Amino acid sequence: MNLSAENLGWRVHGHTLLENVSLEVAPGQTFGLIGPNGSGKTTLLRLLAGLSKPKAGRVLLDGKSLARMRQRHIAQSIALVEQQAETTDRIQVRQVVALGRTPFLSALRSWTEEDDAIVDQALVDVDMANMTGRLWHTLSGGERQRVHIARALAQQPKILLLDEPTNHLDIRHQLSILELVRQLPITVIITLHDLNQAMACDRLGIMDGGQLVAAGKPQAVLTSERLQQTFGVQAELLTTANGERLMRFYHA
Amino acid sequence: MTFIRLRLNGCWLAPLMLLAALLAGTAIGETSIPVDTILKVLANKLWGAEYAVDRIDAGIIWNYRLSRAVVAACCGTSLALAGVVLQALLRNPLADPYLMGISAGASTGAVAVMVAGLGAGALTLSAGAFAGAGLAFGLVVLLAHAASSGTGGGRGTQAAGAIILAGIAGSQLFNALTAFIIAKSANAEQARGILFWLLGNLSGVRWTDAALALPAALGGLLICLWHRRALDAFTFGTDSAASMGIAVRPIRALLIIAMALVTAVMVSMVGAIGFVGLVIPHAMRFIVGSQHVRLVPASALAGALFLIGADILSRVIVPGQVLPIGVITSLIGAPAFALILVRGRRAT
Repeated sequence: MNLSAENLGWRVHGHTLLENVSLEVAPGQTFGLIGPNGSGKTTLLRLLAGLSKPKAGRVLLDGKSLARMRQRHIAQSIALVEQQAETTDRIQVRQVVALGRTPFLSALRSWTEEDDAIVDQALVDVDMANMTGRLWHTLSGGERQRVHIARALAQQPKILLLDEPTNHLDIRHQLSILELVRQLPITVIITLHDLNQAMACDRLGIMDGGQLVAAGKPQAVLTSERLQQTFGVQAELLTTANGERLMRFYHA
Repeated sequence: MTFIRLRLNGCWLAPLMLLAALLAGTAIGETSIPVDTILKVLANKLWGAEYAVDRIDAGIIWNYRLSRAVVAACCGTSLALAGVVLQALLRNPLADPYLMGISAGASTGAVAVMVAGLGAGALTLSAGAFAGAGLAFGLVVLLAHAASSGTGGGRGTQAAGAIILAGIAGSQLFNALTAFIIAKSANAEQARGILFWLLGNLSGVRWTDAALALPAALGGLLICLWHRRALDAFTFGTDSAASMGIAVRPIRALLIIAMALVTAVMVSMVGAIGFVGLVIPHAMRFIVGSQHVRLVPASALAGALFLIGADILSRVIVPGQVLPIGVITSLIGAPAFALILVRGRRAT
């Protein structure tokens, strides 16, 4: 499925959080969104997920405006993992993941074995299959994040939006989540802070002050001028033994 | 693990428990009536059987106690469900059916009729209370709407906060109005009557009230069951619910308005019975978990049983005197809930 944004704008209390953002993400691509704090990444993700209607412009899913679609139909194609979503309810891991089936169920269409299988697979995908009975409040931050990702995967989305999913994770789970995300045969839009990890995306978009200031292949957009301009850092380019490029940052 | 067995058997156990409670509510009172007399009267009334029973007994059973027990059950169910829904939607453990100014508005309406003589006798106490509840709810909704659109962003979490704060503001306003009317024109006798009404009073209840309470409670139960998955989807807040395909605004509006309506019906009938709507949902979460497919029926049943039980106690605890039921609900409910709280924490 094809997700695109046309001239998106968003304002709160007279502050412009997003201005004239247009982008197109091809099916199957992993699109990384990077940018300093407050540059509008989360706001853009919310608009792309159809959580809020843009104050200007529109989001198109296969050419159809999200604003004209029912929330339920959007959720059958697009899943979102927020940066932080907490609960005080005494709810088990498996019950959280099962919430992902909500857009496919109704008061009359009840839970089936197929739903069970989808939930099981999502739990395996994020390496949480051995914790299905654990209560939410006993999980660590990283485990919660993985459960949220499993919940999004249980939606069987064509497009998965992830807002800094590696935030609370230890390095092993950071890598395994990124690897998982990269291998998914679906479109992924992911916001990231680690620029070296961002290099593994198919394409990158750089946000600065509510605008998309660059988009394209990682190598092409992450230039030293761009790093200086947007992030205010200098970068030294290193090449590892197997030819991978790495950036090392220091204060400008 | 009696709770698990209870849950499995809940399907057929629930109606039995409810029937037993209704029978108990009918049998126990200032004069005890044997169960076989009650069953005979019921058979006479419902199936036209012609058992010979004492006519006074029959009158007490049918006209006073049974209708009263039925209304108590409906109130308990409605208040517990309203609590479940508001706690789920607003993500606030302190949310209760009276959060949106309904009890405050109802008491203002009741006092306006009872003390200030609003409607010049044409308006009943219940009608006045219902009108007051509706007025207060409308005001709170308008205020919440203005406040949440003022904060912009349209984020559901802000809207939930706005509803709670608007509810507090609205409740305070109407409570002050009630106090003002009482202070200005009530005599001591009226003030005592009002106090009783505010704490809940089932004594004036007849079948005409049950005819209104029963459809309201059943309607509320059906709406909650129908939207059980939507209620589950709010577990991680409104944004997460929206990302899982819930049309947050219309669903939230529908559920809140439905619960407000049901609550207003009950409050205008029997007064503002506290504690049930706040605590029954929490107690049931400890016992059956937070999934609404179980929480909704469990809370509906527990609310009904609890209020029938509280009504029985209010009639027998002090011989020759009926205590306000709100006193009993809190007096019995608070220690019972504390017990569940402590044991539930220990279990995990």
